[in-house]
Order: sequence, then structure tokens, then C-alpha cells
Amino acid sequence: MQTTVEEKETSMQTPAKTATRDIYLPSERKSVAGGGTPHVVAKDFSIFYGDFEAVKKVNADILSKYVTAIIGPSGCGKSTFLRAINRMNDLIPSCHTTGTLRFDGEDIYGKLTDEVLLRKKIGMVFQKPNPFPKSIFDNIAYGPRLHGMTDKKHLMEIVEKSLRKAALWDEVSDRLDKNALGLSGGQQQRLCVARTLAVEPEILLLDEPTSALDPKATAKIEDLIQELRGSYTIMIVTHNMQQASRVSDYTMFFYEGTLVEHATTPQLFTNPKDRMTEDYITGRFS
Amino acid sequence: MNLGTRKVLDRSFTSLGIGSIVVMALALLVVITPIVYNGLGAVFFQGTIEHRKLLQDEFHRGDKAQLEREIEESGRYRMEAYRMLGEFEAELEGMDPVKARQYRMQLGPVKTALQGLLGPIPGEEPGILTRFRYGQTRWEKAEEKLHELLYESKWDYSDPNVMAKEYFVRRAESFEGTSLLPLFSYVEQNAEKMLLPRFTAYWGFLFDKSVDAHIFGGIWPEIQGTFFLAIGAMLFAFPLGVVAAIYFTEYAKDNLFTSMLRSANSTLAGVPSIVFGLFGLAFFINTLKVSESKSVLAGALTLAIMILPTIIRAAEEAILSVPKTYKEASLGLGSTKWNTIVTVILPAALPGIITGGVISLGRAAGETAPIIFTAAVSVGSAIGLADVLSSPTPALSWNIYNLASEHEMASEIRHVQYGMVLALVSIVLLLNLSAVLLRARITKKLKG
Repeated sequence: MQTTVEEKETSMQTPAKTATRDIYLPSERKSVAGGGTPHVVAKDFSIFYGDFEAVKKVNADILSKYVTAIIGPSGCGKSTFLRAINRMNDLIPSCHTTGTLRFDGEDIYGKLTDEVLLRKKIGMVFQKPNPFPKSIFDNIAYGPRLHGMTDKKHLMEIVEKSLRKAALWDEVSDRLDKNALGLSGGQQQRLCVARTLAVEPEILLLDEPTSALDPKATAKIEDLIQELRGSYTIMIVTHNMQQASRVSDYTMFFYEGTLVEHATTPQLFTNPKDRMTEDYITGRFS
Repeated sequence: MNLGTRKVLDRSFTSLGIGSIVVMALALLVVITPIVYNGLGAVFFQGTIEHRKLLQDEFHRGDKAQLEREIEESGRYRMEAYRMLGEFEAELEGMDPVKARQYRMQLGPVKTALQGLLGPIPGEEPGILTRFRYGQTRWEKAEEKLHELLYESKWDYSDPNVMAKEYFVRRAESFEGTSLLPLFSYVEQNAEKMLLPRFTAYWGFLFDKSVDAHIFGGIWPEIQGTFFLAIGAMLFAFPLGVVAAIYFTEYAKDNLFTSMLRSANSTLAGVPSIVFGLFGLAFFINTLKVSESKSVLAGALTLAIMILPTIIRAAEEAILSVPKTYKEASLGLGSTKWNTIVTVILPAALPGIITGGVISLGRAAGETAPIIFTAAVSVGSAIGLADVLSSPTPALSWNIYNLASEHEMASEIRHVQYGMVLALVSIVLLLNLSAVLLRARITKKLKG
């Protein structure tokens, strides 16, 4: 993995340079087999709401199969950037972009790009748990059914597999036909993760997934992220710096729409290059 | 603002709110009570033997053997009255012609009243209409007729400064000293035995055709016509309205054209219904020629246009109230917009959409003006489902007006008018109730 990151040295400023440092890979954070290739690449990528530039000329490589956290004060554009990756911002009519954002080399905002196919490969979990008002089974099976699967037995397998991956199977296996809105907030959020996993995405975007949850449910989601690390490229937007340091391999710090610093998590939190980053992580502003 | 003022304000708003609701409830009570009381009178009443004869003749219902016994029993008392009448007529023959002529003039109304009470007098040719072939079918009406037989109504014009007053004179006085005199006291005493009133629950009022323009029989043609029109209107308006609402909420861009469409929709909702009626006549019948003349189809189309804005508005609000997160979740899973609308948004919006639809259905059932020119006829038989494309139909809303104001015997058939009003109010209330229940059920299913 290290060699792969070395190769990226030119395109990425900080993570590559520090990739070999001990601090980057503490004993509990193993490198990931087959990971570390640039999965999402932003080049001079800007996002506008009307005339307002919410994200300004971001250049970044998001490495595959690792967890990248995005932190920054409210309104810094971190969620906007995340939602740009699977084109959820399309829902906002005034939103448009400049520069390029590539996923596996394909231009996400290209004229010929099918955003529906794109979203199948780049799944998203939202701030507030948002299960459909349907049964647990139907929630998980929603994606596979959309993409043409009708075989009940096969669907059941997918539902079980996804729920197991999301560490929810043991809690709900006996009431799959019950309405998902009857679950607790933490369970609902894990259900949303399972629902996303059922479509077999390559990237998992998590937009402040624990901000509506209590500490216990938050811990479960964080454990889940650790479980999924190595199988999916994960990007998580969070307000909670402890969370970012706990779950992520890389961290991006946004401030007023600008990507201020992008480095391995240990480096960003212990030895930030930028004065602004230091002020933020030490709590001088938020 | 200090605490005292705040409390006074809060309390006064509470009491004002409760007060206005109480006033409304009372007003409703004042309107509903006579409707329910008199409306039920169309079904439950003291029915006379004439009612049972009519049911047997027109609908072949009732116990025939018992009816024959009753006819025989009441016939004995009737014969006595007719005998007195015959005796007097014989007496007139032998009387001084001038006097006889005077008596004859006074005998006319007596015979008419007797006919109205008991039905045709034996030996005389009854009129061709059903109303001339039966006496009073309802006991309270019979009592009115009896009064008419016993008393002559006169008007007191003595004081030119006030309106003339009605007063009654016993008819018996005019026949003092003749053989007709005993007839009056005889009929007064034996009216019950001649008519045999009995408590009757006439459910046929809801399910029978009308006989002789609603003087007898039921209101089924009206009820059926109302259902045809309302459901027909829904068939057109509901799908169209939901599709339009989806367009407005999910597809329409925020531009001049859309806002023009929106304000057009709001304006349509406020157009008086009689204008829709004229529009229906001019457009559907005269221009498009959907039917030769008035028809259920034309009426349903007109009603559909009228309720369309309401359905659009209700569906739009229901769709907008679906949490945005559902949409995001679905799109985030790689769903197409269309699929998201069909599998997530519409099911979640269904309670609101259905409520709006059923309330519009109730409105379509109750509207009069749009169907006057396009679908309604005053008197008609129930039409078959195959005739809806070409035939007009009687309908409750229109016939309530028609029976109350244009019917030649309007004052004689108040019970039918009230019965129709009660039927219409019940239908609309039932529809609204079913909307509430349906909504509760779907919401419960969605909430889990």
C-alpha cells in the first residue's frame, strides 16, 4: 500500500509524504490490501449555489478502501463537498460546479454520466436516520429490487448479508416484517447503512451519521465503520473531532469552502501544517 | 407585557375559541335536528292501508292475504260513508233545483276531500295519475285531509289594515237538515278504522323508484344518479389531479409559466359552481358534443373540472409533506426520479391524497349548479350503467331543489324533500367518515 501512496506524491500534497511515518500507521491501524489507489479525484473542483462559491477549487485524492474524515466548522462546505460526490446536490436547482471530479477516472459531472448508475456505486447515509415507512425487509430489499432483482430467496440472502455487515442482524432477524420506523434511532441508522450496502456500492458516504444519536449508538456506528474499512472507500463528515481521530485514516479540514489541509489523521491531529487547522483542532474556534 | 395582561390575553383567546366552536355546533344542531327528524319521517311513519295497497300494486310487496282482510275490514266502514253520500245524492234529485244547485256546489269540495282521504269513490272514474287512485298513505297527512273534509277554510277581510286571516267553518253547518249531516261525524269517528294506520318502516324509500313524480315511492334513482355523477367525476379528476400535483411538486421548474399555472389553479378553485355548469354545457355538450344533450358523462366531466383544483391542491400538499429525507434516501440508492415518486413519495403521501380525493367526492355529490345544465333531470327512472354516456339522471342535490320549489304538490311531499336532504347529508358524511378511517389505517400502516 505504501508504494501506491508514494506514487501519488505529486498529486497529493500531504498524505503521500507522511505515508511512511510510524505515526500514520499505529499498531491497531493496519494497511489495507488492494487499497490506496485514488478512488475519487478532485481537480480545481468548485461548487456554487447561485453566485455563492460554497466549495473553492478543491484538489484532492480520496484513496480507496480507507476511511477519510472531513472536518471543519459549520458552513465550511464539507457536506456540500460530500454530497457532490454522488450528485445529491442535483436536488438543489441553483447548484452548479466547475473543475472536475472523477470517480474511477470517470467524470462525475460529465455530460454522459448517468447519475442513477453513479449513485448505485456511491452510496450515502444521511445525518438523520431515514428509513422508508416500510418493513425492515422491504427497506433493505428496496435497492436490489430497484435494480431488477425479484427472486425472493436471493433477496433474503442479500438482506441477511447486509444486515450482518451492518451488525444489525442479531437484533432484528426475528422481526424483518415489522415497520422500520419502530426501531431505535441507532438501529435505524445502522439499517440505513445496511440498506446502502445492499446495493453493493464501492464508496460509502456518511454525512454526520451519528449527530442524531446517543453515545452508545454512536459507538456502535463507529465500530461498524471499523468493520467496513478495507471493504469500502468510506468518507465521513463529522463535527466531532474525537470521532474523526478515532475512525479515520485520512482527514480533510475545510474552512470557508477551502480545503485547508488534507493529511493522515495522526499527522493532522498531532502535527498540523496549517495554523488554521491547529486553531480548529485545539478548539480555538469552531 | 406584564404577567397579568398575558394571562388575561391567553384566557380570552381560549374562551373566544371555545365560544366560537360552541356557536358553530349549536348552529349545526339547529340545522341538522329538523333534517334528521323529518328525514327519518320519510322512512318511519304511521302508514295507512293505502300505503300497503300501493306497495302491493306497484312493487308486489307485503302480505297479500292480510291486505285483503284489511281491505275487507276497512271496506265495511267505508261502505257506510259512501252509502250516506249516495243517499244524499238521491235526496238532491228530488229537491228544488235552485237549492239542489247550491248544495251541489258545496258537495264538490266534500267529495274531493273524501277522495283525497280514502281514494276514489266507488262508481266514479278516478283520474289517470296514480295520485288519484289512492287515498292518504301517511296517517298525519290523512289527519290533514280529514280536517279539510270537516272544515271549510275562509278568509277574514274585515279589517283592511291587516292581512286577511284564515278561519275555519264546520262544513256540517252547511248541510244542516240533510241526510249528509251524519257523514261528517261518522268519518271523524271512524277515520282510523277506514285507514288502519300502523307503524311502518318503509326502507323502500331508499331503494324504490318514485311513483307519480315522488308523490309515492322512493328516491333510488336520485341516490344512484348522485353516485354515478360523483364517482364518474372522480374517475376523471383523481388521476389527472394526482398527475398534475406530481408535475407541480417534482418536475415543474420555478419560472413564470409554472407560477401562471399555479395561480390559474388557485383561481379555478374559486370560480362559482354555476359558471362551471355553464362551461360544461358550452364546452362538453355544445362544442365537444360528448352527448346529444344532458348526460351523466357530461355532468361527471363538468364536476371533474370543478373539483380538479381541490384535488391538485390536496395532493400537492400531501406530496410536499413527505419528508425530503425519503427522497434523498431513495435517490441515494440509485433510484430514478420516477421510481422514487412511485415507490416512496406517493405511498407516503397517500393518506393526504386520499383524504383530499374523498372530500372532493363529497363535494361532487352535493353540488347542484354544475349539473343543472349538464346532467340533471327532475323526474326520471334509474338508468343502467350502460346509459351513462347518453342519458341524463335525476340526482339528489338537484331534486331537493326541484321538489321543494317547482313540484306542483311541493307542500304535500315535505317528507320526501327532507328524506332526500337526509340521504344526501348522510352520503357526504359517510364519505368523509370513510376518508378519516382510511387515512388512519394507512397512516398506521406507514408508522408501523
